[in-house]
Amino acid sequence: MADLALPTAPGRVARTARTWKLRISATLVAGFVLAVLLVPPLVGLDEQAVDLGAKLLPPSLDHPFGTDDVGRDLLLRCVYGLRVSLLVGVVAALVATVLGTAVGAAAGALGGWTDRLVMRCVDAFSSVPHLLLGIFIVALFRPGVWPVVVSVGLTHWVSTARIVRAEILSLRARPYIDAAVSGGASRLRLARRHLIPGVLPQAGLAAVLMIPHAIWHESALSFLGLGLPTHQASLGTLVQSARGTLLAGDWWPTLFPGLFIIVPTLAIAGLAGAWRERLNPRRRSELML
Amino acid sequence: MLELLSLTAGYDRRAPVVRDVTLTLAPGEAVGLLGPSGCGKSTLARVAALLHRPDSGRVVIDGEPARGYRHRAPRAQRTAFGVVFQQPRQSADPRLRLADLIAEPLRATGRPEGAADKAAETADTVGLGSDLLGRRPHEVSDGQLQRACLARALILRPRYLVCDEMTAMLDASTTAALVGVVEEYRRETGAALLAVGHDRVLLDRWCDRTVEWSELGSRHDGLATAKPPAEQSPSVR
Repeated sequence: MADLALPTAPGRVARTARTWKLRISATLVAGFVLAVLLVPPLVGLDEQAVDLGAKLLPPSLDHPFGTDDVGRDLLLRCVYGLRVSLLVGVVAALVATVLGTAVGAAAGALGGWTDRLVMRCVDAFSSVPHLLLGIFIVALFRPGVWPVVVSVGLTHWVSTARIVRAEILSLRARPYIDAAVSGGASRLRLARRHLIPGVLPQAGLAAVLMIPHAIWHESALSFLGLGLPTHQASLGTLVQSARGTLLAGDWWPTLFPGLFIIVPTLAIAGLAGAWRERLNPRRRSELML
Repeated sequence: MLELLSLTAGYDRRAPVVRDVTLTLAPGEAVGLLGPSGCGKSTLARVAALLHRPDSGRVVIDGEPARGYRHRAPRAQRTAFGVVFQQPRQSADPRLRLADLIAEPLRATGRPEGAADKAAETADTVGLGSDLLGRRPHEVSDGQLQRACLARALILRPRYLVCDEMTAMLDASTTAALVGVVEEYRRETGAALLAVGHDRVLLDRWCDRTVEWSELGSRHDGLATAKPPAEQSPSVR
């Protein structure tokens, strides 16, 4: 009777999987955001509190993530670390997106020589490895949150600029732009009224996709000792300070901060992926939205 | 008077779509331009409305040569033309409500005061009910959207109307209504009209004279079937 069984609608399994991916991602992101927003003001514990009597305790009911080598509670430090890393990630992604949108919109909307000149500068800029450039920028300042934000923001606008420029070029060929020109719109008004609003969904998506990347960069810079000062909890500094204990067999100071880097960033990327599928018309018709 | 003098234009200098075309619109005259699809008549219409720079030749508006094309044209010359395109969906910014779509030229030319009232008034003359003005393009039909596009073209009271296959996507009754609106406007203002299309019966009845594309001195060799630049973005970087 197997040949009489109704065939599954094509793409249905994939669609269900996507829906679940979206639900899980959204729940995780909401949970992490609530945690970093609510835990510090509500709990009122000091994440820097040293308790040398309780150093390097494995996970237990008192300390679910264990304690580090000076007896600080790792769960609390992970939440504070994620708070700093998310802040850095979001602000750096915003900086990169605003910069990239401005450059891409200018190149796409003005066209001609401006476009060629700007895009060659973008090519030159992207030929420099961005982690190296980021290290160079943070090295110019004292360690802290803002140099990391500036470093990640200033090195990650290139892809957004390319996306925005391409989108603007495709919008510029539409007849409604001709109609606006004929209606007397200045270049500035054309950009403000028709072109920029048209690229905002793409730019917004680029910004959200940038957040996990920015968090990884913050972690990488802090891990290298160039980002945040070591006493300040961030995901990168936590993993960095756990290096010494890992070889002694104490796995928890590395594992939990590591998970706090991986899980939230994958969840944000999952959300962004779902958004991208909504923007993609082919997908949209498939989803029947 | 609008004079298009020895215009050669296209999207690739080596293969122009419009070759050495001369066409004159007398004051208040309605000229129909008839030709098969892809022959370059839309390109000629865009050049005439100062929306596309020709490779050579001149456009002279009321004795004054066009001083540039697109944004290089002075605003007064650009807004002397009201342009209506073939596909209303492509000619309307999907984010604007119809009221804003129609009022946009007033706001763009620095006359925002009373723009909403003027837009409602113009919408009324093209037969667009005021209940539709709060909707966005995807919430109205092609015919309703084309009425809004016509209202947008008329709101600055242009001296020339360029209708590029304005009615190609519409049914007969909407076509008749829109042609009626254009004619009413022309009676009122004495504006001249360049109507491009491939429907001989319509153009013959609508216009004072109808010109065949092949009579325009354009050496059409069958190869120059370039589309307007929708797909022709500069090299992908």
